[in-house]
Amino acid sequence: MPMEKMKFQEELIKVGFNSQEKERSASFLQEDDKVKLVRSIASDIEITSTQKALKKYSWLKKYYKKAFKEAGKGFPGDTYEGGYFIWVKENAQIFFPIQTCLFLKKNRFSQKVHNLVIVEEGAQVYLITGCGASPQSFESYHLGVSEFFIKKGAYLNFTMIHNWQNSTVVDPKSVAVVEEGAVFVSNYICLSPVKRVTMYPEALLVGEKAKARFTSLLFAHPDSFLDIGSKVVLKAFSTSAEVISRAISNKGEVIVRGHLRSESSQVKAHLECQGLMLSEKGRIWAVPQLETFYQDVDMSHEAAIGKISKEEIEYLCSRTLSREEAKSIIVRGFMNTDILFLPQVLKSEVERLTQEVIKSGL
Amino acid sequence: MKEEILRIENLSAEVSSQKILKNINLTIEENSIVVLFGPNGSGKSTLIHTIMGFNGYKIIEGDIFFKGKSIKDLSTEKRAQLGIGVMFQRPPKIKGISLKDIAYFLSSQEEEIQDLSQRLNLKGLLHRDLNYDFSGGEIKRSELFQVILQKPKLLLLDEPESGVDLENISIMGGVLSDYLKEYKVSSLIITHTGYILDYIKAEKGCVMIDGELICVGHPQEIFESIRRFGYERCKECQWRK
Repeated sequence: MPMEKMKFQEELIKVGFNSQEKERSASFLQEDDKVKLVRSIASDIEITSTQKALKKYSWLKKYYKKAFKEAGKGFPGDTYEGGYFIWVKENAQIFFPIQTCLFLKKNRFSQKVHNLVIVEEGAQVYLITGCGASPQSFESYHLGVSEFFIKKGAYLNFTMIHNWQNSTVVDPKSVAVVEEGAVFVSNYICLSPVKRVTMYPEALLVGEKAKARFTSLLFAHPDSFLDIGSKVVLKAFSTSAEVISRAISNKGEVIVRGHLRSESSQVKAHLECQGLMLSEKGRIWAVPQLETFYQDVDMSHEAAIGKISKEEIEYLCSRTLSREEAKSIIVRGFMNTDILFLPQVLKSEVERLTQEVIKSGL
Repeated sequence: MKEEILRIENLSAEVSSQKILKNINLTIEENSIVVLFGPNGSGKSTLIHTIMGFNGYKIIEGDIFFKGKSIKDLSTEKRAQLGIGVMFQRPPKIKGISLKDIAYFLSSQEEEIQDLSQRLNLKGLLHRDLNYDFSGGEIKRSELFQVILQKPKLLLLDEPESGVDLENISIMGGVLSDYLKEYKVSSLIITHTGYILDYIKAEKGCVMIDGELICVGHPQEIFESIRRFGYERCKECQWRK
């Protein structure tokens, strides 16, 4: 295999994209503005670029930009080149994850994609999206707009892994519309250096007993700026939400926002943020917000920020670990992937990826 | 004649600018066990922490030699790597690190980890975050488990049996005794109850009062005297140095 291809595949592996498509039910790969791979091996999954899908299905117009409208937000940007369309048919139970990758290869390239995911009633699916940039891609930009529609009783587990370069600027923007009894799980991992990521994904729980869970593992390196939030609007009766974040600043800056807004009764929502400062430089800013218009709600938040305890380091040193090993093992423990709601089939892979990145980042 | 493994010479140490240990002299020989008695607050744990070089325990006079070499300027991890192991009384909780993770760091032998965790009744704790929701007895067994996997040549035990029920003391005593014999390990043991002495054969006993080692003698005789007359009698004792 030529060296360049091999290196590219290594970059893909870092964001969870399996070029051999092993243990994947469908794949989509976009490099800059070119769609390089589209394949589905499951008849219940249709996958293509959003532009092609819009041409093929006129009914898609009722979804296109609708999630943002429903959230009362203006649609970001105007021109899009690519992005994936995923349509999971009614009652499909897909065991292996769908994988997508949006990759930046060219220098100073602006990638603007619009992703559209529709999970029909009663279907269950896992989606892993890896976004990254090659070391040659200097000062590039990624705008990723995503709309998720999770229909009645459906389940979507979405895991996004970012692995950019320290000059990349990234703006993911997404809204999920979650219907009655449906579940939307979003796991976000950003552990490698990046110039700036600003994102505030939002889930609208529009049907009774709908659920949303956002988890994130964030590591801010020197000169990295991460402004990461999660918002859930609990619009229907008996809906529930959970937002859990772990943030580390190693001389970088990280803002962890969370906003839970109850617009109905008997909702249950919890927000949790834990931060670890590894240096006197850097900054962690936790901004938790709880908002309700109803009495009959159960909403809570907890946030804690600190440094690695001396006692923990001393304890591990007395077990023959060096100070550096002790620090590394404590940080890796803090960033344990157990807080994520990962499907079994991705668990060990994501765990290995995150542990490797943290180890090399320290 | 046995070689010495640890020699403490004229050691005085302070914690938060307060002098706790006063002119301690003590030698522990290879493959031998020394028991340290003393009332609460007499400085016994401080001695163990000073030997380990823990943060905040400052030597102001004297020296500590391990296998003939001074260790007073070495970091805790260097002392541990040389072969000194310690069982913690109140170990910190560490999130995201399981007992199993530490076990595999300390030993590469799967069979040893499985056997020892079975013997110490720790199988159910292996996957749990370290020291989270461990009972008092579980902490002691987990500490003994880790320190044995570490294979030190000198084992410092600070009240290994406190808070442990009799059945578990018997389990721990058996495991400890086997380890000390099999690997010819020396140990310094602090005990209040003396239960652990039923399982191990100590050569030497000593009593610490107000930061001074006031007596060195036969461990069972010292323990018997303390049991009958308390530490008050120690102050007038014939063996007092």
